[in-house]
Amino acid sequence: MKIWVFVDHFKGQVLPASWEAVGVGKKHGTVSAVIFGQNIESLAKDAFEHGADEVLLADDATLAEYRAEAFAATFSKLASANPPDIILLPTSTRGRELAAMMAIDLNTGVMVDVTAMEVQDGKVVVTRPIYAGKLLTKETCSTKPQIITLRGRAFPKPTPETGKSGTLTKVAPAMNESDIKSKVEGYTSAEGGVSLIDANVIVSGGRGVSNNPALTPPAGLDEKQAEIWRAQQGFELVKGLAMVLGAAVGASRAAVDAGYVPYSHQVGQTGKVVSPDLYIANGISGAIQHLAGMRTSKVIVAINKDPDAPIFKIARYGVVGDLFQYLPALTTAFKQRLGK
Amino acid sequence: MKILACIKQVPDSAAKVVVENEHVTWGDAPLVINPWDEFAVEAALRLKEKHGGTVTVVSVGGENEKEAIKHALAMGADDAILIADPALVGLDTQAISRVLAAAIERIGGVDIAFFGRQAIDNDSGLTPPQTARLLHWPALTLASTITVDGTTVKVERAIEDGRQVVTSTLPVVVSLVKDYGEPRYPSFMGIRKAARAEVPVWNLGTLGMAAPLSVISWPEVMNPPSREVVCEIISGASPEETAGKLVDKILAEKVL
Repeated sequence: MKIWVFVDHFKGQVLPASWEAVGVGKKHGTVSAVIFGQNIESLAKDAFEHGADEVLLADDATLAEYRAEAFAATFSKLASANPPDIILLPTSTRGRELAAMMAIDLNTGVMVDVTAMEVQDGKVVVTRPIYAGKLLTKETCSTKPQIITLRGRAFPKPTPETGKSGTLTKVAPAMNESDIKSKVEGYTSAEGGVSLIDANVIVSGGRGVSNNPALTPPAGLDEKQAEIWRAQQGFELVKGLAMVLGAAVGASRAAVDAGYVPYSHQVGQTGKVVSPDLYIANGISGAIQHLAGMRTSKVIVAINKDPDAPIFKIARYGVVGDLFQYLPALTTAFKQRLGK
Repeated sequence: MKILACIKQVPDSAAKVVVENEHVTWGDAPLVINPWDEFAVEAALRLKEKHGGTVTVVSVGGENEKEAIKHALAMGADDAILIADPALVGLDTQAISRVLAAAIERIGGVDIAFFGRQAIDNDSGLTPPQTARLLHWPALTLASTITVDGTTVKVERAIEDGRQVVTSTLPVVVSLVKDYGEPRYPSFMGIRKAARAEVPVWNLGTLGMAAPLSVISWPEVMNPPSREVVCEIISGASPEETAGKLVDKILAEKVL
């Protein structure tokens, strides 16, 4: 089968899920990696080393910043001229949007955020979570190309083979700057730290992090400000452990709604759905919306003072007690054992 | 300005959704407006408050979709249109987007169509960009702020790598994220007004279109494999001893 993979990158930094998609593609046929941007020819080498047989490269000023209109028009034009059987994209903000638009252009459907994919007699059947993972559904598409976005970390990342090369084909963008209605005016980069979606380890905090009775907030704060101040001290402990483990910082909806941390940290049904190897939940009781967003984590550790908290039902290891004692002790113990 | 908020009705996010006898069920949990779509209604109302105009709510679904519509009307939307037709049951996103695009064209003169970022049932997030594509409008998805100046719209988008500022011309599709700001609660007056509102129902005939074809099918819906875990409670004489034991256990899992 002929498989195209969209290599999603931000200013030349490739999302790891793009290479995972190349790996999936190689299992089922020949892979053409589709790379759009400006001055990004070096990414072609990375694509070959990760297994791509061919690279379709559009290097142009109109593609310097991702814009859905320009990217979709160029990708759809290429795919109409020379239709692949399958188009794989990572499930990222760009991948999802691009897949959606291409499906309209190419008169086909999209199977989004897929976690498993089989090909039987040339027919693709995927599995994907719905209701934030409360259920799984199998899905098929009756038209071609079959456009599929793959969830990050759901498929293995291929080991790069240094020096491997392939066919580099340069392609032209489909739109002129004057025809593109949207303009990128600028951007501010995400606050530092590890992204939740790509993280191997996540350390999370919930409402419980604001309950440290040992702390006295500075004078002059009202009750709500004092609660947020306490919570911020609590999240410093969460961040401290995250730092030692090279982990991303997560939060429950309750913690985000209470204003303790920005929404970008929220794990759960109306936040990010994550699947790290290790998830350490601190002061999170485990509301169904939260569990839906992290239940597929490989090893879950929970620290909570309530022995009946639902989080313990899906945790592998639990500590029943005061997180303000146990979390700093855990950070210290990891520091010693990991030699940091 | 002519402003639309496109909404959907879903089971409450706290619902325990399971498959029983091959059917998806959420017990007696209520059906509510998709939580993300409340942000779409909020953004539409704030835009109207600033620039004047009308806010119309559009929803595709069955007759019971009216609960979500009533919520949006109670928040302050001027009017609503329900698109219901037996041929629309169980369609995929591209087919629903074709219906929405046809409805937006029939309404005519729309400046902005707001959407939530995704619906919490199907979790696809495809409908806003697909509707935009069908209308040949730009899609500004995942917006956390929005300002309109003349025929120019400027949004800040929340993407993986940070916040991107993008401008575009009207008309446009905009989908919103939670950072936009808390949606208002329906007012008492709003609830009374919504209760009395007559919501016109359009069908495919009204839109002058044949039933769009679904290309995606769902041969099987399953409960996820249950997690076969027994939680091992770690304890010790002191927090330090407990932490030491827990670190041993975690290191033995080889996940670091």
